[in-house]
Amino acid sequence: MSELVPKVDGIAEAKLEKTTGPWREAWNGFKKSKVAVVGVGIVVFFILLAIFGPFLVSQGINDQSLPDRLLPPSSEFWLGTDDLGRDILSRIVHGARISLWIGFFSVIGSVVVGSALGIIAGYYGRWIDTIISRIFDIMLAFPSILLAIAIVSVLGPSLQNALIAIAIINVPNFGRLIRSKVLSIKEDEYITAAKGIGMKDSRILISHILPNSMAPVIVQGTLAVATAILEAAALGFLGLGAEAPTPEWGKMLADSKNYLQSAPWTMIFPGIAIMLTVLGFNLMGDGLRDALDPRMKS
Amino acid sequence: MSERKTILQVKDLQTTFFTDSGEIPAVDHIDFHVKEGEILGIVGESGCGKSVTSLSIMGLIPQPPGKIVGGEIVFQENDLLKMTERQMRQIRGNDIAMIFQEPMTSLNPLFTIGNQMLEAILIHEKGWSKKKAKERAIEMLQLVGLPRAEEMLQDYPHQLSGGMRQRVMIAMALVCDPKVLIADEPTTALDVTIQAQILKLMRELNTRLNTAVLLITHDLGVVAETCERVIVMYAGQIIEESPAKQIFDDPQHPYTKGLIQSIPDMRFKKDRLYSIPGSVPKPGSIKQGCRFAARCEFAFDRCIKEDPELYETSDAHQTRCFLYDKEGAEMDDNKTLIESR
Repeated sequence: MSELVPKVDGIAEAKLEKTTGPWREAWNGFKKSKVAVVGVGIVVFFILLAIFGPFLVSQGINDQSLPDRLLPPSSEFWLGTDDLGRDILSRIVHGARISLWIGFFSVIGSVVVGSALGIIAGYYGRWIDTIISRIFDIMLAFPSILLAIAIVSVLGPSLQNALIAIAIINVPNFGRLIRSKVLSIKEDEYITAAKGIGMKDSRILISHILPNSMAPVIVQGTLAVATAILEAAALGFLGLGAEAPTPEWGKMLADSKNYLQSAPWTMIFPGIAIMLTVLGFNLMGDGLRDALDPRMKS
Repeated sequence: MSERKTILQVKDLQTTFFTDSGEIPAVDHIDFHVKEGEILGIVGESGCGKSVTSLSIMGLIPQPPGKIVGGEIVFQENDLLKMTERQMRQIRGNDIAMIFQEPMTSLNPLFTIGNQMLEAILIHEKGWSKKKAKERAIEMLQLVGLPRAEEMLQDYPHQLSGGMRQRVMIAMALVCDPKVLIADEPTTALDVTIQAQILKLMRELNTRLNTAVLLITHDLGVVAETCERVIVMYAGQIIEESPAKQIFDDPQHPYTKGLIQSIPDMRFKKDRLYSIPGSVPKPGSIKQGCRFAARCEFAFDRCIKEDPELYETSDAHQTRCFLYDKEGAEMDDNKTLIESR
């Protein structure tokens, strides 16, 4: 093909800069915010911990040793032991897997369902929009944790059902976000132009409207991972999430509440783990918003 | 010239918008035709129904609130208004293509030019390989005069200037060899030098590819430079139709005269530019009589009582004005008045 292009000496070949795609540009903007990079650092740390941590800690999560119960942090048990003599460090490390798993998959679930409903509501409008939007309104009328508790009590308490409940209660947030974005995008001229070249509705939805409405969803999704982790911990604390020996962080908090005064480390360290993860996702989400929102660019 | 076939015929088209504040007949009983390989201009102030006409032809009227309530749009002996959405998709882009006013927003910012051009080609040429489509895309980009066409396929829309983007849009519209190209104010958003280039390009492509062009504009200068025939629209109606040269030499409708007088002329120093008094009425607000009567210097009794029709004044020249009604007698004084101006 290249021989067809007339070579203008020097000018045509001297490309000013390497072609920058939207992703690269977003990353460049993202890097500028130090706080966001710290957020990413924390998140990456916990992800690595979740993947490799369980292979590094020596004690098993359920190795009980009653003589060692409620020991303060020491060189043998870095973060101390709980009321059954289990090593808190190894339980937190294993717990990272559970929390991140719940965080990611519940958000993926709500994003998929919420996007689908939101796009349909926003693009087709009329009665479809009315039905979907009213359902969202009804769901948002409940305090989210109350709705989650109701869903879990119907499904039965388990980690998986907690995940499903958290996914369900977050659907309207994403649905409304995407719907509003679609409402503005569908009036854009490139959508009319796409119709003008004979493109099908379904194709326009998937290849034009969906990608263009993703930026706020990525931001909201990152922040929602943090909320989902908190909600999972809350459900665990209430005894509606993970069951007995599972080292879920919220569950660990619940188990330690009787020893708050005698052995505060049983509560502090799982609490710090939750706090740090949530903080990490929130910082990362804020950084992403700054990087992806064109209005924030100077 | 006269043996060219009519390719697109709009008959008695009515497009109405149904809003909370009432029905707005944006396009009101319009008749016109486009011949093969011809450039037809539609001129008028904003809000006179030019864009609604073009969107009606494409079947892209937002519905609701808009609806085509009557008429026919005949393209190659088929009525587009009777086609299913599926059949219309075959026509759009393939037989009738459109370019829009805003080149800045007519391309999806998330995808490369190549990506979007290939998409436009592969929608209609299903059997084509990616490689063939890419060759075609490069060929079209070169045709519209873009340098380094091959590299441009990798570029994102924000990396191109407005004029380049409009060229890309034209290339994309022409990629499937459409019979009719509807250009809705293609140069309005561009600066004057680029405007001239784009118009020149459209004229060249029109002669080279024999694509009929329906050029919608509010700029009489654009018409003078490009079109063979011109239609002047006012408040949803056609008020004058004539060969482009004649409309400047012998404008007939008082509105057209007003439009031509309000073009600044560099040769004579005038203190003030002429302007037509008043503003365009809201479509549908004038129920009786000529829609221009309230602003017209030559209006007489009949103008507020009756609706004028299009009167043939000479070969291929029609005007919607009672001054040219050959059967009417009372207008003679007015006619001498209008000719003395």
